[in-house]
Amino acid sequence: MTDVVMGRVTPEQVRAVLDEVHDPEIPVLTISDLGILRDVEIVGDLVLVTVTPTYSGCPAMDTIRADIRRVLQERGLACEVRTVLAPAWTTEWMTAAGREKLQAYGIAPPRPTRSGPVDVPLGLRGIRCPQCTSPDVAELSRFGSTSCKSLWRCNTCREPFDHFRAH
Amino acid sequence: MTSSLGVDLDASRYVLRLADDALILGQRLSEWAVSSPALEEDVALLNIALDLLGQARHLLTHASELEGRGRDEDSLAFLRDEPEFSCALLVQVDNGDFGKTIARQLLVSAFHVHLWRALARSTDEVLAAIAAKAVKESDYHLDHARHWTLRLGDGTNESHARIQSGLDAVWPYVHELFERDDLVERLLERGIAADPEALLPLWRQTVTEVLSEATLDVPDVSWRPTGGRSGQHLTGFGYLLAEMQHLHRSHPGATW
Repeated sequence: MTDVVMGRVTPEQVRAVLDEVHDPEIPVLTISDLGILRDVEIVGDLVLVTVTPTYSGCPAMDTIRADIRRVLQERGLACEVRTVLAPAWTTEWMTAAGREKLQAYGIAPPRPTRSGPVDVPLGLRGIRCPQCTSPDVAELSRFGSTSCKSLWRCNTCREPFDHFRAH
Repeated sequence: MTSSLGVDLDASRYVLRLADDALILGQRLSEWAVSSPALEEDVALLNIALDLLGQARHLLTHASELEGRGRDEDSLAFLRDEPEFSCALLVQVDNGDFGKTIARQLLVSAFHVHLWRALARSTDEVLAAIAAKAVKESDYHLDHARHWTLRLGDGTNESHARIQSGLDAVWPYVHELFERDDLVERLLERGIAADPEALLPLWRQTVTEVLSEATLDVPDVSWRPTGGRSGQHLTGFGYLLAEMQHLHRSHPGATW
């Protein structure tokens, strides 16, 4: 638990506190792993937190905003959570740590959406089965249990798995 | 609080049209829940409906701010009556069979992809941001519709006949999407709206390419029903609203 005192709090301390806020549907990911935490600013006695939704209709956003307010209020920090749509969120903003956590959790992480240097670990650039790491996989359905996922199957171990689609 | 400085009734009416299209199409697609041809299609159609609902919420909130009358997204969605809705007729057409739903999805998604791409350059910055987000989602919806159109059109005699008949049924309603009325004219001058006449050739190219690959015929019909933008809707629209609105109206102010 990070100790913070209003008046001397830094954006870095606030970010550390916000690492307690997870995606309610993919609880291994923090909001900064996902790349939806866009900015933290301290203005006087107020912490301004800016988030960007993954999908227009993502139902997790309401919970995420409420969780941000809760963890900051628990530290006695007054905050305002802003939702900003532009620039639109992309899976490019997901951190390398986030991608590794996803794979370990059983969800194949998103592939890079553009060429050039990207912050994606080498082993995670193609879709691999999160159970047995086989690259011999096939898409079952382009839509999955949430807007951000599609459904795949491993041809080696025959297990179905979710893939976080590039967006 | 909405500042009266931001009030812009023309822009509000235009954004409300976009919101109503997304909201009502999302509601129509939701009717497929637990009755799609396959479990994966339930998930697909409802994910698309969820994207549309999300877009509608952002658009309704923006329309509300531009209107400045204190009607929030819920008031606009649940407390307006039929004539106050300005959705196009195409999005309210009944689902019919899966072929008809896919035909409608192809025509609407192709329209949305080009519309959002154009509106991402709107001088209304909020609208531009909503559009930039929506275009990625609509691309995926179009991909879904394209995939099914090819599979059904170039499939069995039965699937071909079904989607062709669905296409024939929904085609006349397309023309309304490209109407350029006084409101659009005024907003075009201000760089807020997308030009329907510029969207038409883009839309036509996208759709005819898919239809030709799917061995389907472009319907040849001269009937061009219209009226949705001015609140004159199809017969089934009232039933759709009744289902969508009754919970909110029966329990005013209820929260989860």
